Amino acid sequence: MSVAHEVDEEHEVHVHQEPTQFIWKYVFSTDHKVIGKQYYMLAVVAVVIGLTLSLMFRWHLATYDPQHMFLSPDTYLQVLTMHGTILVFMVLTTAPLGGFGNYFLPIQIGAVDMAFPRLNMLSFWLTLLSFITLLAAFFVPGGAPVSGWTGYPPLSAINSTTEGMGWGQTLWVGSIAIFCLASLVGAINFIVTTLDLRARGMTLLRMPLPCWAWFVTAVLALLSFAVLFAGGLLLILDRHLGTSFYIPAGVIFGAKELNHKGGSPLLYQHLFWFFGHPEVYIAILPGMGIVSHILATFSRKPIFGYKAMVYAIIAIGGIGFFVWGHHMFQSGMSPYVAVAFSLLTMTIGVPSAIKTFNWLGTLWMGNITCNSAMLFALGFVSLFVSGGISGIFLGQNAVDIYFHDTYFVVAHFHLIMGVAAMFSIAAGTYFWFPKMYGRFMNESLGKVHFWLTFVGVYSVFIPMHLMGLWGHPRRYSGMENAFLSNPFIPAMHNMVTAAAFVAVLAQLIFICNFFYSMFKGPVAPENPWNCTSLEWITTSPPKFDNFGGVEPVVNHDPYEYSVPGASKDYIMQTDPPEAAPAHAVGHD
Amino acid sequence: MPLATTEPRPQLKPALGAGGPGSGAPGRGGDGRGPEDAGGHGRRVPRRAYYTGILVGLAPILMLFAALASSYIVRQGITHEKDWIDLPLPGLIWVNTLLLVSSSVALELARRSLKRQALPGFTAWWKIGTLLGLGFVAGQIGIWWQLREQGVYFSDNPSHSFFYLLTIAHALHVLGGMVALLYVWRGSANMKLVDGRCLRVDLSSVYWHFMDFIWLFLLGLFLIGR
Ligand code: HEM
Ligand SMILES: [Cu+2]
Repeated sequence: MSVAHEVDEEHEVHVHQEPTQFIWKYVFSTDHKVIGKQYYMLAVVAVVIGLTLSLMFRWHLATYDPQHMFLSPDTYLQVLTMHGTILVFMVLTTAPLGGFGNYFLPIQIGAVDMAFPRLNMLSFWLTLLSFITLLAAFFVPGGAPVSGWTGYPPLSAINSTTEGMGWGQTLWVGSIAIFCLASLVGAINFIVTTLDLRARGMTLLRMPLPCWAWFVTAVLALLSFAVLFAGGLLLILDRHLGTSFYIPAGVIFGAKELNHKGGSPLLYQHLFWFFGHPEVYIAILPGMGIVSHILATFSRKPIFGYKAMVYAIIAIGGIGFFVWGHHMFQSGMSPYVAVAFSLLTMTIGVPSAIKTFNWLGTLWMGNITCNSAMLFALGFVSLFVSGGISGIFLGQNAVDIYFHDTYFVVAHFHLIMGVAAMFSIAAGTYFWFPKMYGRFMNESLGKVHFWLTFVGVYSVFIPMHLMGLWGHPRRYSGMENAFLSNPFIPAMHNMVTAAAFVAVLAQLIFICNFFYSMFKGPVAPENPWNCTSLEWITTSPPKFDNFGGVEPVVNHDPYEYSVPGASKDYIMQTDPPEAAPAHAVGHD
Repeated sequence: MPLATTEPRPQLKPALGAGGPGSGAPGRGGDGRGPEDAGGHGRRVPRRAYYTGILVGLAPILMLFAALASSYIVRQGITHEKDWIDLPLPGLIWVNTLLLVSSSVALELARRSLKRQALPGFTAWWKIGTLLGLGFVAGQIGIWWQLREQGVYFSDNPSHSFFYLLTIAHALHVLGGMVALLYVWRGSANMKLVDGRCLRVDLSSVYWHFMDFIWLFLLGLFLIGR
């Protein structure tokens, strides 16, 4: 029996060499940069599909005529369900974390790759499998499910109710379950990488804010996706193995009573929203990190209150686990419980406000450059404020009894989650594109893209708040019901649809700009924005091992801009310690 | 110049007996693709990353069982339907508990032997631990079989559904751990030791003890509130 002794006692040594064959280099790659781009491309495909679906139901609503409906009521709901599911899971959960996080987390902390590259690859391929499974729901008998992105039982638990609730719903649950596994594997990788792979000198409180955001996001994903998985598991068992976890006794369907008894549909709502609320932060926290980074860079100022920003991210993530009940005020929960959830929900307003004021503080008296990345970052702040304010209304349990399931909720979460997160993705793209592809995107097209999108989305969602106030219910394909006697409603629908077309078509400018610039954009230098973090000390695009065989050593905090007495207006994190006059170092 | 304060990556010496970079060391290391001289370099992952990894990885498993267990408790508490029939707990469950706990003890004894460089002791205890673990899985199958004989089916009552669901979910996780134990068993002739510790031995036993913990938690769940 022989025992081999390692020479290097502290490390596991892996051979890590650049693969030469196409398939290992670009398809089954374990390189975090390739995986990041794969995630990003998956999100681009998903966003095109998801937004096209939204144009379909917007067209239906604008041209609504009971005699000649563009979509049948069932199809309307199918399109709506797939729109929500694709965008929430395949876009907002993939691009900000799997895309940018994979690409830039290791580089920003000075690592060569993620801790477990093969697990990383696994997590991308599971995500792709999940996406394909979800899309397959369109093509099975009956088509896609109609139960919305939240998939509430009993509708989702009984497989014979309407079109799409058979195979379509089963594929939907299967897809979500695979997605959970992919996210869990990814989250483990992010957490370990952040904790154990930082370069020398890169203390936790010297990490750029995007790294903090990705880290906390990964913790949220780690703790919440397993719960969604449990919820989905029970749903599948109810659907196919005759159990009664969610289906109560006495459900009569097609004139015959179903053979289920004793389940509780509310159980699902608890499991779903225990995941669902952290999920909304999974979508937005990376955006907050990216936007903080961009605002500091283009104001040439240290981020205002770096530590406060870090603690606010942690607080938002932490409190986010105790507020899920605010999605269930209308479920008949005890008013005492509702008040508790309401108060906890309001508490999240505090760290959110800290972040907002610190962003404004960063801009204050800054030397601002308004390029496309900065415009989208500013747009993000604007959307976060306007979406957050409606959240404060919804968080009051008494008020929410009226608002629940109206367009007001739709407007709230689109502004703050959907559109704000998209803005952060766009901002991140304009900002990091030169690093990822070694070329710049076109600035003029970027600005046109910004203004059309910005005006477009506000014109879509501000009217929706009003429609919600008038009582317009969400998820209705028809307009015959009593809520809609308001004569302004059809006109509103027309206007919203027109704006939606503008906002969605404007994204084509972005996509064209993206692919054109990839090949034809002006060549970018190493550090075009004079930014301080580690991705900018390496070539554009970075070498296979990120830093070309040298290990970066970090001497500075991440946002040392305009330090008095320094020779230039920014100090790279890797600059020698004496680059900043001693008394001027540190930003809070 | 930003690169001014970076320093060259320390040269890596090839590990004795485990193969140098590029030789595709058995079991670990190396994407092993492409020719040896393709300009690769050793990528050093700190060993503690693997320990962090396993601890972080247990969190979602804990959350999964916590979610299912709270569903169990909530469902059990819905009394107005009066349709919760307590399940007759088979006596075998105690035997299985004993098997699982003693398998963990055996793995710990194996680790102690390893620390003392007593390899034969390690191998013997590890094998005993693995076999006891297999005994647990067999015992669980016995329980399901017994219950079926008594006419207790998966979907006839919520309490039964939960019992099967929780025990099967646990057993699947145990089987995953079993794969790791067998893997260590198979590779026990060729282990890489640092300070008398071996990464795969440590990681798989941490996971295995965690399965004990989950099992005791489930047992408590089945016992209380009946
Ligand atoms: C000050 C902060 C916030 C408060 C007080 C708040 C409050 C609420 C409340 C009470 C609801 C439930 C409304 C109902 O269904 O009747 C809701 C829905 C929602 N919120 Fe927020 N929210 C806040 C921030 C956010 C953020 C930051 C995001 C995402 C990035 C978000 C995403 C959502 C989504 C997706 C829904 C709707 C889910 C659905 O029913 O389909 N919210 N919010
Ligand atoms: Cu929420």
